[in-house]
Amino acid sequence: MSSLSATIQGVFNEPGCGKNTNKSEAERKKGCTKQLQPGGAAGGCAFDGAKIALQPLTDVAHLVHGPIACEGNSWDNRGARSSGSNIWRTGFTTDINETDVVFGGEKRLFKAIREIIEKYDPPAVFVYQTCVPAMIGDDINAVCKAAREKFGKPVIPINSPGFVGPKNLGNKLAGEAILDHVIGTEEPDYTTPYDINIIGEYNLSGELWQVKPLLDELGIRILSCLSGDGKYREVAYSHRARAAMMVCSKAMINVARKMEERYGIPFFEGSFYGIGDTSDSLREISRLLVERGAPDELLGRTEALIAREEARAWAAIEPYKPRFKGKKVLLITGGVKSWSVVAALQEAGLELVGTSVKKSTREDKEKIKELMGQDAHMIEDMTPREMYKMLKDARADIMLSGGRSQFVALKAAMPWLDINQERHHAYMGYVGMVELVRQIDKALYNPIWEQVRRAAPWDDASQSWQARAIAQMDAEAATLAADPERAEAVRRARKICNCKSVDLGTIEDAIAAHGLTMVESVREHTEASGGCGACTERIEGVIASLSAKMKPAALVAAE
Amino acid sequence: MAVVTTGKKACTVNPLKMSQPIGGALAFMGLRGAMPLLHGSQGCTSFGLVLFVRHFKEAIPLQTTAMSEVATVLGGFENVEQAIVNIYNRTKAEVIGICSTGVTETKGDDVEGYIRLVREKHPELDKLALVYVSTPDFEDAFQDGWRKTVARMIDVLVEKPAEGARRDPARVNVLPGCHLTPGDLGELRTMIEDFGLVPTFLPDLAGSLDGHIPEEFTPTTIGGTGVEEVAAMGLSSWTIAIGEQMRLAVETMERRTGVPFRLFDRLCGLAPNDDFMMFLSEISGRPVPLKYRRARGQLVDAMLDGHFHLGGRKLAIGAEPDLLFDVSGMLHEMGVEVTAAVTTAQSPVLERVAAEEVLIGDLEDLETLAKARGCDLLITHSHGRQAAARLGIPFFRMGLPMFDRLGAGHLVSVGYCGTRDLIFDIANLLIADGELNHEPTPDSWRLAGEPSADAVEAVVGH
Repeated sequence: MSSLSATIQGVFNEPGCGKNTNKSEAERKKGCTKQLQPGGAAGGCAFDGAKIALQPLTDVAHLVHGPIACEGNSWDNRGARSSGSNIWRTGFTTDINETDVVFGGEKRLFKAIREIIEKYDPPAVFVYQTCVPAMIGDDINAVCKAAREKFGKPVIPINSPGFVGPKNLGNKLAGEAILDHVIGTEEPDYTTPYDINIIGEYNLSGELWQVKPLLDELGIRILSCLSGDGKYREVAYSHRARAAMMVCSKAMINVARKMEERYGIPFFEGSFYGIGDTSDSLREISRLLVERGAPDELLGRTEALIAREEARAWAAIEPYKPRFKGKKVLLITGGVKSWSVVAALQEAGLELVGTSVKKSTREDKEKIKELMGQDAHMIEDMTPREMYKMLKDARADIMLSGGRSQFVALKAAMPWLDINQERHHAYMGYVGMVELVRQIDKALYNPIWEQVRRAAPWDDASQSWQARAIAQMDAEAATLAADPERAEAVRRARKICNCKSVDLGTIEDAIAAHGLTMVESVREHTEASGGCGACTERIEGVIASLSAKMKPAALVAAE
Repeated sequence: MAVVTTGKKACTVNPLKMSQPIGGALAFMGLRGAMPLLHGSQGCTSFGLVLFVRHFKEAIPLQTTAMSEVATVLGGFENVEQAIVNIYNRTKAEVIGICSTGVTETKGDDVEGYIRLVREKHPELDKLALVYVSTPDFEDAFQDGWRKTVARMIDVLVEKPAEGARRDPARVNVLPGCHLTPGDLGELRTMIEDFGLVPTFLPDLAGSLDGHIPEEFTPTTIGGTGVEEVAAMGLSSWTIAIGEQMRLAVETMERRTGVPFRLFDRLCGLAPNDDFMMFLSEISGRPVPLKYRRARGQLVDAMLDGHFHLGGRKLAIGAEPDLLFDVSGMLHEMGVEVTAAVTTAQSPVLERVAAEEVLIGDLEDLETLAKARGCDLLITHSHGRQAAARLGIPFFRMGLPMFDRLGAGHLVSVGYCGTRDLIFDIANLLIADGELNHEPTPDSWRLAGEPSADAVEAVVGH
């Protein structure tokens, strides 16, 4: 077993991951990499994930070993911010050519490292492996080692070629590389009882700086941030921190947990999105620090600061509340930001009509459900047309999502706000929450919507694609209402498992015929959930609703 | 919507306004073979000349009656007569447009009377068209000089159609306001011609000041609408006026010739252009060409893309009434807050500006308001550059004069495409400003009085 696959296996065995611990031994072996569906995948690769996770380290030269596509097509596209060096934004790649593919690219890589050190003299060089050199067998570990010895500088191999899995796996592999090669290799000039690490925070739009002044005021020092506005040396001595906060849920949980294991640094999972979450996180940081020996009085000072900042934020949000009354938000966001943003928006008096949880873990979903109460309308797989109809029916007044879905909202002439990493505004901490509210207000009340909703004067408004889409959907609904048999057929034809193409009817029949109660047994009978596993929850839902229906029938039969 | 107030200051500081006579002179520059003539002292003309040369970067025909002190007191008939005769003999002008100035209006020269006398004395000038317009410097502003001049041109030059004369259904008159650039007029011509219509512009700066290189040098204007074309405007089927300022002119046209008109008070923005397209479609009997259907979609897309950058911006704008109304209206529809609006003179459009208040004032007023109200985008003519520097906010140049950037004559704001490009230009300016001046730093969100990171480091470290 090569060391890369060993590392990947190790990441899969992450005990800190709740989802992982719920799996059977066999399932765990298979790993949490969803088998990507050819023709149906849209996310980034493992290389992308590794680069995203580490690139915000500002004084490091990030060298991508591979053909031009990997770096050339993607460099300098991240919204992280630096307070110092800008070398992280310089695109370095070996741009390997055909000759390199035939004879190996290791020499070119070594030369590239030398050129970077000679010209830019960064404190460290990170070398990212990509698919092609991984396939031809370039040993970047060996090259990095040789370069390190030759130039007397840390040259760190980041072994996360794209084809090993999705972005999320790349985040973790990047974490492994940092654990193996960087953390614990240097010592800080001094330490204090108030030193913390922040893990999984990327300082997008400079948002870490919305929180840092609060920590500064409390005398809490960010010893190291992985990786927003981070510096190589800070990461290298981050093992001396007293406590850690893990910001971006699961992306770097391996780093947080292993640092706890190896260096005894306790961590908690928190968020600086939303007023309540920010307060909780500040409290938790103080609590952990006091537990690790910081003076008790920190707790009191933290509470005082929280009280002051919350009051200030609420006062700033108050004027918006009447403007938000009755306004509905459709939140579509990947991953962990879902639940913290949900909480934040509700604090501002907005009503949520749904949230997409495609990339969220079950834990995230539970949190969303808890936050949104019984009315939560979870939107698992909304098609653009459905999304359009939903927006158009004005059941939502604004959509908040990542960059890709914006075009659906905008074409539907609905207000839209970017809340993923491409966004221009910083939304962290108390001030960030106020900013988010301000931006939502700005988008909601922008007079542009009246303008762009006007049909072209030469068009028949009833013939636009939007109108046709709605008419078609309405017609379909009407037909089904009039024809219960067809309605049932349509209901049963709904795809539950996309990977294995299994519909609801097949699953229901299998459950009814064999009295199945477990997802595993459904899989045995129908193959459903045998692919990426994303439909597990839906199958659980089917089992639950069927057993609820069947119970009375079974009782009747028993009598 | 807006309350129109007039500044109470005795002293205008950093003027926004320019005078009427040169507005009138500019209108005359849209006629072919024209020589505008300011009836006043030499300086009246030379300042205007320099202003236009710096703005258009072209040779500008502009003459003066060169009133001396004595002539001013005794009356300027001889100066007017000599000027006309000299210009005619030296330049072979087809039309001389005479604007009065503060000096000669104060004296009370009866220029209409002078012209009658000149006509009697000089039958050799029969073929020379003479148009006089009263434009005292001490009232109104540049835009008013333009609008009065165009109205006078119609009065003097447009022939009343003969009884039963047939109007040409393909021909339309276009009376553009002075807020439109030669580039705007070129775009308008294309749009109108794309419907199979034949426009006559009065005046037509696109023909004279669009920066083309003429084959031969003439001391008069090198393009523009000919006097005989103006005379025949009564045979058009429609007159299109652009800008509220053109109401006097277009009503004059209707009264004189019976040609019906439609006035468009804006041509920047989505809805105004929808109206304009539909009007052209109606009067031409042709469907809106595919090109404009696509262009409309592009504009909608540009608005959606642009609103992220423009939405919530606080605009300080200083411009003449029609330009102010047009551009601030379009930006308001994109979510810009028209926070400070200063203009030069009264106009019926001012109360329809999408702002709480429109002040008739100067660039000092604009700067003060922009500062007090926290504006973060300034739009005015080039003289706003010092205010922008002091305020430290992005500055987009619009209006006349624009002397410190190239292409003043080609800044297009009309039509779907013009609006689209204007949105891009302004949004890009804001994006660049953000990158240059507003990158977040560790202290961006630190409240005043809170300790800096270094101070904290020092305390904690020791």
